[in-house]
Amino acid sequence: MTRNKEPWIGQAVPRLEDAALLSGNARYIDDLSPVPGIKHVCFLRSPYPHARLIDIDISAALKMPGVYSVLTGDEISAITDPLVSAIRAPVTYYPIAVEKVRYVGEPVALVIADDRYLGEDAAEVINVTYEELPAVVDPLEAIKATAPFLHEKVGSNVLHDRQFVYGDPDNAFAEADHVIKLNWRYPKQSATPMETFGVIAQFERQPDRYSVWSNFQGPYILQPIMARALRVSGNFLRLISAPFSGGSFGLKQSIYPYIVLLAAASRISGLPLKWTEDRLEHLMASSSAADRADELEAAFASDGTLLGLRFKNCVNVGAYVRAPEPASVYRMHAASNGCYAVKNISIQNKLVSTNKMPVGLNRGYGGPQFYYGLERMMDLTARKLNIDTAEIRRKNFIPKDQFPYHAPAGAIYDSGNYSEALDLLLKLSNYENIKKRRKQARAAGKLFGIGMGAGVEPSGSNMAYVTLAQTAEERKRAGGRSGGTAVASVTIDPTGAVSVNLDSTPAGQGHQTVAAQIVADILGLSPSKIKVNTALDTGAGGWSLASGNYSNRFSSIVITSLTRSAEKIAMKLRKIAANILEVATEDIELVGGGARVVGIPDTGIPIERVAAAAHWDPVSIPTDLEPGLSDIAYYNPDVLASPDKEDRVASALTFGYIFDLAAVEIDPATGRVTVDCYASVHDVGQVLNPIIVEGQIRGGFAHGFGAAMFEELSYDDNGNFLSGSFADYLCPNASDLPHLEFAHYRTDTPTNPLGSKGMGDGSSMLTPVVMANAVADALGCEQIDLPLTLNKVWKFVQERKIR
Amino acid sequence: MKPAAFDYYCPETIAETVNLLSEYGDDSLLLAGGLSLGAMLNMRIARPSVLIDINKVKHLDNITKTDGHLKIGALVRQGHLTSSKQCSVFIPLLAEGMKHLGHYQTRSRGTIGGSVAHADPSAEIPLCAVTLGGEVELMSSRGKRTVAANDFFVGALETLRAEDELVTGVNFPIYEGKYGVAFDEISERKGDFAIVAAAAYIAVKDEQVQIKIGLGGVEDRPRYIEFNDRKIEHENICENIDDFISELVPLEDRRASGAFRQQLAGHLSRKVFKIAMENCDFEAS
Repeated sequence: MTRNKEPWIGQAVPRLEDAALLSGNARYIDDLSPVPGIKHVCFLRSPYPHARLIDIDISAALKMPGVYSVLTGDEISAITDPLVSAIRAPVTYYPIAVEKVRYVGEPVALVIADDRYLGEDAAEVINVTYEELPAVVDPLEAIKATAPFLHEKVGSNVLHDRQFVYGDPDNAFAEADHVIKLNWRYPKQSATPMETFGVIAQFERQPDRYSVWSNFQGPYILQPIMARALRVSGNFLRLISAPFSGGSFGLKQSIYPYIVLLAAASRISGLPLKWTEDRLEHLMASSSAADRADELEAAFASDGTLLGLRFKNCVNVGAYVRAPEPASVYRMHAASNGCYAVKNISIQNKLVSTNKMPVGLNRGYGGPQFYYGLERMMDLTARKLNIDTAEIRRKNFIPKDQFPYHAPAGAIYDSGNYSEALDLLLKLSNYENIKKRRKQARAAGKLFGIGMGAGVEPSGSNMAYVTLAQTAEERKRAGGRSGGTAVASVTIDPTGAVSVNLDSTPAGQGHQTVAAQIVADILGLSPSKIKVNTALDTGAGGWSLASGNYSNRFSSIVITSLTRSAEKIAMKLRKIAANILEVATEDIELVGGGARVVGIPDTGIPIERVAAAAHWDPVSIPTDLEPGLSDIAYYNPDVLASPDKEDRVASALTFGYIFDLAAVEIDPATGRVTVDCYASVHDVGQVLNPIIVEGQIRGGFAHGFGAAMFEELSYDDNGNFLSGSFADYLCPNASDLPHLEFAHYRTDTPTNPLGSKGMGDGSSMLTPVVMANAVADALGCEQIDLPLTLNKVWKFVQERKIR
Repeated sequence: MKPAAFDYYCPETIAETVNLLSEYGDDSLLLAGGLSLGAMLNMRIARPSVLIDINKVKHLDNITKTDGHLKIGALVRQGHLTSSKQCSVFIPLLAEGMKHLGHYQTRSRGTIGGSVAHADPSAEIPLCAVTLGGEVELMSSRGKRTVAANDFFVGALETLRAEDELVTGVNFPIYEGKYGVAFDEISERKGDFAIVAAAAYIAVKDEQVQIKIGLGGVEDRPRYIEFNDRKIEHENICENIDDFISELVPLEDRRASGAFRQQLAGHLSRKVFKIAMENCDFEAS
């Protein structure tokens, strides 16, 4: 027994990170100045969505005060190779425009100056001659043969087109009583972290290597891609993350082309360089989720049983495919059945390039887009077949006795009890009462609607799921891919102090606190005694290709490597203590900051003394033990295997789930949607820390609500970008968010020692469709698109009057 | 997003300020709260050679009651006005309008003069000034003048302020008789610039009832309609308001179509008219 009587895990331990954050002592990338003589980088960016670069005249810029150098795509591409992805189409992607610009905001020239002001002055006098080309921003326009092609070598804007079949969908559709078809547009959106991108790059001499400080969030599978682009081996590219990151939500994966760019520019110029992205750059040219033009057909029996699904996904990846894309459309792929027991599924994934900013990770990563189709379909079908929206879902839920459930496309759902969680949602929202009020409101001529949504949350990704973009043959040729390895280390130093290193590069999620709770339980300490370092340094080891902050891997996988490492240290402490106290190791427990004989408090010796033996007096410790007290644990869940020949893949380790319900009333005069009730039930397995889990739930809801009501990165038809400020890209303020009623339903995952599931996406995946469902229910309409702005909802109301 | 270089002046008196304006005129911009100008400078949309920071200019941040007017100095912060008792007692319509203006944080920076000089078509203070028959006070080295608010605003971000003039304050007429007021607006989020804002003012004067309905955000500047009658003919007034709105040429942008703006204008006008009637401290009809 090494655990305390009352474990720290599960307790509302205040976040250890907050003192630094609230007192202004947290150091972000922009606060760092790791080497002397840093110069500042700013970019000249393309004002055109699509144009050929005829000439770039930098002579005037070089004469401006405080300017050291101006670099263009010619210089950068001379010492780097293009950035690669899993897509085989001949798309050449450099982090700075070469020969052509393909979206507004694409870097065209890089200015190195004493400060950003002088850099921007110089950028203004760079004289670029562009030959404008016709642009295309709409994915359905872009796939036409007459559309302007972004990448001439591809000979089309369709960069990828794969068809998948699971079960026998043709037969399911032939036998169906009802076939219902939906098509819709999903807008381009971003989770807009408060802190923008930041990079400091230095090319060092002897040894020749690149050192880069940044707020890159991983996945570190991109490190070898960066090294390859820089034409160096992995150990010549050292990536160091800043101690704190001001929000990420996936966006900070997409910083890596800038890392390559600044590293190369540092080598060419011989100067250490720093670039902090501003808000305009971030909104225009960092990254976003994809806008999509998807279609879904569903086959139902007359009793509402879902028999088959046909997805036709058309994903607008923007101007380039930036790895790990096309992962956003493959993240949900293995779980394309959602929460339902449907066996027959076909999926077409089409990736289209247009003159928009390239896409990448964004909170929910493909989830909001996927559930928009599936959950619109469930609500719409319920109404058409006159079945309650909750009951049509219940009818199709995977039964609780079928877990672990093998989904048709390969996902293995770890645990759940969907029917009881749904009961909890209906109780939490007072569903019968809401339905009564809807009836009364409608009788009084009001526009009142109820929307629902259910979804699983794949967490702890299999790095191989993106290889579904290749055929089984291509995968075989490329070599095996699998896994999602996590790395954690625990060290006790000569003073007896505990340090932990994590590879999860958090951006505010409180990993330090939860890691301290976990280790505290295992070592019998208080969490406040434990220092957790999350600033990853690839030069110091302790990372894997899967390292990073995405797909909720901390609470699904990283905790296992941490537990294993801490348990090995605990075992060593117990052996040393047993030796000192002259008892058997099994008789030693670690409690209250010391080691003692089980159940006999008087026998305790402080942990510092036990640790000291391993450092100061290694001869004294049992001969089968190595000196020192440090362990590093690498852990990969075996279930995360390669995709099989039938394109099935266990895409993630845990599948928590979220059921949401909204009731709304619409003011027909103003288009205002007022939320009458919003309720949400989450199964996250064991709650590791209720403060942190609640923060994630509320944050996910806020992102989902913003996506539903306000947010769109807009372009006009000619490719001009229209959302370059927070006055144009509207995120909800705290006062714009309705009250959220939430509750937990708990089924622990058997896939890790703490029973916790990943849960960071949460309602960000479901609130968009739940709000759309509620508004569609209020209006009695089928076709509805996000965001539900006042003018748009008002227009829906007008169209309803005409109907 | 860094401004182009400019010369910076920080005068402390009105006289110094107008001298700088007369010297640099069209090459200069005035910095008050900086809510709009700060972003425009950073985006290099505004590129003055000279920036005149008036935040330290004395005697511009007072609220003074004169005969029949409440004069609000140009540097009075919106937050100050929001909590000002004089404002709520003497210009109740403006006090209602201030409840919709921006956010706590922006109000502690934003100024009355800045709002008036910037002349956003949907801004609350210009709308109240126009509806209530306020005047804008201007000063230059050539002297002082006042311009009726209804004349001052000539278009979106366009006013009658000459390049060498400083807005020193806004005068609002005080009406101490019986009245009822209401203000409402529709914006995508709380605190955003309104898509449409509406103000209503009802007062009894010389046994006549005066009704004013003002609209912001519909056209490129605030507009109002006025009725004077012995009693309020509710139906008749609503019809007149509808006619007035149907003749407006509404703005069209990404956020709102002209048709939507016009219909919001009708909806909000009727709404504020009704609330103002209910708020009247006299028997209005």
